[in-house]
Amino acid sequence: MKILVAVKRVIDYNVQIRVKEDGSGVVTDNVKMSTNPPDDNAIEEAVKIKELGKATEVVAITVGEEKAQETVRKALAVGADRGIHVKVDGILEPLAVSKILQKVVDKEKPDLVFMGKQAIDDDCNQTGQMLSALLNWPQATFASKIDVKENKLEVTREIDEGLETIEINIPAIVTCDLRLNEPRYASLPNIMKAKKKPIEEIAASDLGVDVSPRLEQLKVEEPPKRKAGIKVANVAELVQKLKNEAKVI
Amino acid sequence: MSRESMEYDVVIIGGGPSGLSTAIKLKQLDPNLNVCLLEKASEIGAHILSGNVFETRALDELLPNWKELNSPIKTKVTKEKFLFLGKTKSLSWPTWLLPAVQQNHKNYIISLANLCRWLAEQAEALGVEIFPGFPASEILYNEDGSVKGVATQDMGIDKEGNKKDSFEPGIELLGKVTVFAEGCRGHLGKQLIEKFELNKSKDPQQYGIGFKEIWEIEDKNHEEGLVMHTAGWPLDNSTYGGSFMYHAENKQVFLGYVIGLDYKNPHLSPYDEFQRFKTHPAIKKIIEGGKRISYGARALIEGGFQSLPKMFMPGALLVGCDAGTLNMPKIKGSHTAMKSGMIAAETINEHFQEKKDLSIFEEKFKNSWLHKELYEARNVKPSFSWGLILGIIFTGIDQILFRGKLPFTLKHKHADHETLKPANKMPKIDYPKYDNVITFDKTSSVYLTGTNHAENQPVHLKLKDPDLPINYTLEKFNEPAQLYCPAGVYEVQKENNINKFVINSQNCIHCKTCDIKEPSQNITWVTPEGSGGPRYGNM
Repeated sequence: MKILVAVKRVIDYNVQIRVKEDGSGVVTDNVKMSTNPPDDNAIEEAVKIKELGKATEVVAITVGEEKAQETVRKALAVGADRGIHVKVDGILEPLAVSKILQKVVDKEKPDLVFMGKQAIDDDCNQTGQMLSALLNWPQATFASKIDVKENKLEVTREIDEGLETIEINIPAIVTCDLRLNEPRYASLPNIMKAKKKPIEEIAASDLGVDVSPRLEQLKVEEPPKRKAGIKVANVAELVQKLKNEAKVI
Repeated sequence: MSRESMEYDVVIIGGGPSGLSTAIKLKQLDPNLNVCLLEKASEIGAHILSGNVFETRALDELLPNWKELNSPIKTKVTKEKFLFLGKTKSLSWPTWLLPAVQQNHKNYIISLANLCRWLAEQAEALGVEIFPGFPASEILYNEDGSVKGVATQDMGIDKEGNKKDSFEPGIELLGKVTVFAEGCRGHLGKQLIEKFELNKSKDPQQYGIGFKEIWEIEDKNHEEGLVMHTAGWPLDNSTYGGSFMYHAENKQVFLGYVIGLDYKNPHLSPYDEFQRFKTHPAIKKIIEGGKRISYGARALIEGGFQSLPKMFMPGALLVGCDAGTLNMPKIKGSHTAMKSGMIAAETINEHFQEKKDLSIFEEKFKNSWLHKELYEARNVKPSFSWGLILGIIFTGIDQILFRGKLPFTLKHKHADHETLKPANKMPKIDYPKYDNVITFDKTSSVYLTGTNHAENQPVHLKLKDPDLPINYTLEKFNEPAQLYCPAGVYEVQKENNINKFVINSQNCIHCKTCDIKEPSQNITWVTPEGSGGPRYGNM
């Protein structure tokens, strides 16, 4: 069984995001970038399944600019066998990424495709679902537990009401939640070894996918600053203010 | 416990200007050498913080074609100002009356973090293996006592010291020569200085704490290439310190403040001195209407020549500010750190090629411009122990008339942890409230550093005596850690009327001030889990 895992390069989760002055986006110059955190869980799970002897190969893929390759290299350092980097510059929307992944799936013929439930930069939470539709494969989203059975997966999903356990047929798409596992650290010898593992570079244009954006971004702005609160003397004043000033009751 | 080990010709600890220059020079001298470089930050540059007005002298020697290599050295210094600040007034000092070492017209305003990222690219292109996210936590010795290499930190240990599922043991990195380039107050360098008595017959090392903020300011206030320094307010005559303001590219100014850690009043809060400095009319008018986008702090070396330890020992070399090569009157340490790394590389190359002892470092150092520069600068900092005014007068005589060639050397008398006077004997300082426009509280400042340490790991700030902060330091010195820490790591909290010393180690921005200033040397800074600490951008 072969598992394809998609990883994305995003601004590190510890970095305070700044909006560009002209409102055209967020500042990425001189900003620490990392792998999208739930993508780390996706890689970890795939590697674990391989270590259990239930998968034979883990392939990490990223779609993006030159430096996005760092995320594939990191995946190789924690146990992925080889990498694919589909090179695209500029804005990438989930539909374009799904279409690229579809082409790669056609070629690679994996049994499972894993990825994070959403990316922490645009929070779209669409790529897995769109890929599922394009391939017409079953999907299990927000996975917090995965059991590989004979030609089937038993997946526990994090949903609003609690946990939902479903069974889906392989081949399938699984999007991973942060609760799925604790990603391992890349050890120094494994980082060294990862430098020698192959990464195939593909130009998006060679896959025949139109990656031009479908959405027009009008403006990016910071959320409004919270105004300072006031202290009220008693309940009566609070009620009066809620009624007359805030007009919420 | 057995650990995996990897062997290299040279192992370098620290990806700052000195370590990276060592690596580059080594590969230039002998491309066949196996060189690796460890860095504790999540990426090269993420723990680098510096002014920085850059003198290119060392870089001109290391990579003469740096201008063609797309280096991040773009903004030439075009104008200089020096102000003496009174509480509301300021007096401009003519720049022609500044000592030559403080003239910057040939220099560049840069981000040292970005320079290091670029140097790392050059080093990797030459075949240096760079491993960010791997702190060297332990020195390894051969049976004959010489340095054998280092071990990296174990990863995945919980607060109680138990292995988590993600446990990953450290690795031993063995070098024929190990180069320590951790920067000011490196925690391994400190151990080496003690073990090999490298500072024997030297003056105690002197330190400062430096703050830096990056502001994006209004166009009308921005003057790209302008370098401004101030002395005076808000510090009193007996406290050593001053500010810098560098107008960089993209409408940014690098604004900072440095205070000597030999200050005497335990009520002094370096952080709050910096914050209130910004409210001076001469400063406020420049940043008003702008936006603060970065904050950080780092201890720096001020001891200079008299305090510079021996930089070689069996199997290892100590370079840059891990030893203390910063030139204080010049307020520059990058070019000197780089040069010390280059001399280290030449030493190692001759050690390998001609079997010469590492002690040849000393002679090479003595014959270099680095030695001359540090020697001539040696009397400036100690003269300020007589106060700002006498210090300036002496410095004028020493640096302008005699150009550092006076036939005597002033001494540093005390280590910085010895200088605090009892809290009840010193005046309390009433710092103004933060306005959240020009001045900010520590919490929101620390937020800008992006600092983080993986949860549930052992506290990396070790107390020799856990009861000392409350039983002694609080009463005698009002527990100054609450004030000197620029990241709010240390707090004294009252619980049911009992005082408790709290260490918020996840806030730590790796400045090392606590390790230096704690009056009883009760706090030891050790490396946390890899990748922990700040995520500085263009600091």
